[in-house]
Amino acid sequence: MIDVVYFAWVRERIGVPREQVETKAATVRDLIAELRGREERYDLAFSDTSALRVAVDQTLADFDAPLEGAREIAFFPPMTGG
Amino acid sequence: MDIRVQEAAFDVGAELNSFTARAAGAGAVVSFSGLVRDVNGGLRAMTIEHYPGMTEKALTEIAQQAVTRWALADAFVVHRYGQLKVGELIMMVATAAPHRADAFAAAEFLMDYLKSRAPFWKKEETGNGADWVAAKDADEDALKRW
Repeated sequence: MIDVVYFAWVRERIGVPREQVETKAATVRDLIAELRGREERYDLAFSDTSALRVAVDQTLADFDAPLEGAREIAFFPPMTGG
Repeated sequence: MDIRVQEAAFDVGAELNSFTARAAGAGAVVSFSGLVRDVNGGLRAMTIEHYPGMTEKALTEIAQQAVTRWALADAFVVHRYGQLKVGELIMMVATAAPHRADAFAAAEFLMDYLKSRAPFWKKEETGNGADWVAAKDADEDALKRW
């Protein structure tokens, strides 16, 4: 089981801020493919990954990052701090 | 180093005074504060969302890089989240260094990095509805100069 968290419009499109996902996905990209196959709201949220950023265990990562040993994956749009 | 992520308002004068008092031995202190700006259509409110845990971690890493690179005596970051109105303070950074060039450069570096590498997202509510603020290419490009 892995914790998946969503922020900003990704959270709004998926409809929950956090969920536990049972997955055997090897990388972030594989996890996205799994989620997209589940329901339309995921497919919609993940349709353009160039508009998304990902963090693995609270560190920015790329879509090829491995999930082995990871506890928390976060998906969100490009950040707008400051 | 003092890094704070909070919902509550802060007093920019009091923070700067306290930072300056702590920066004993440094010859230069630079500070920047960011306010909620009005937009076309009139801004009713801005809501800032963040990623608790990662935010503090990212800000600490960014500030630590600035301290190391410019041999700062001290660095300070406070960034708010929650609902804010036009004119309210969103955030503030301050840097203390022996000379002003390093203090200025470090403050700009902190701002450039926290704009696109600290997990905050802004949503603007105007007369035309509510929408998430899109990141600008210029913000990403700004990182290249460092």
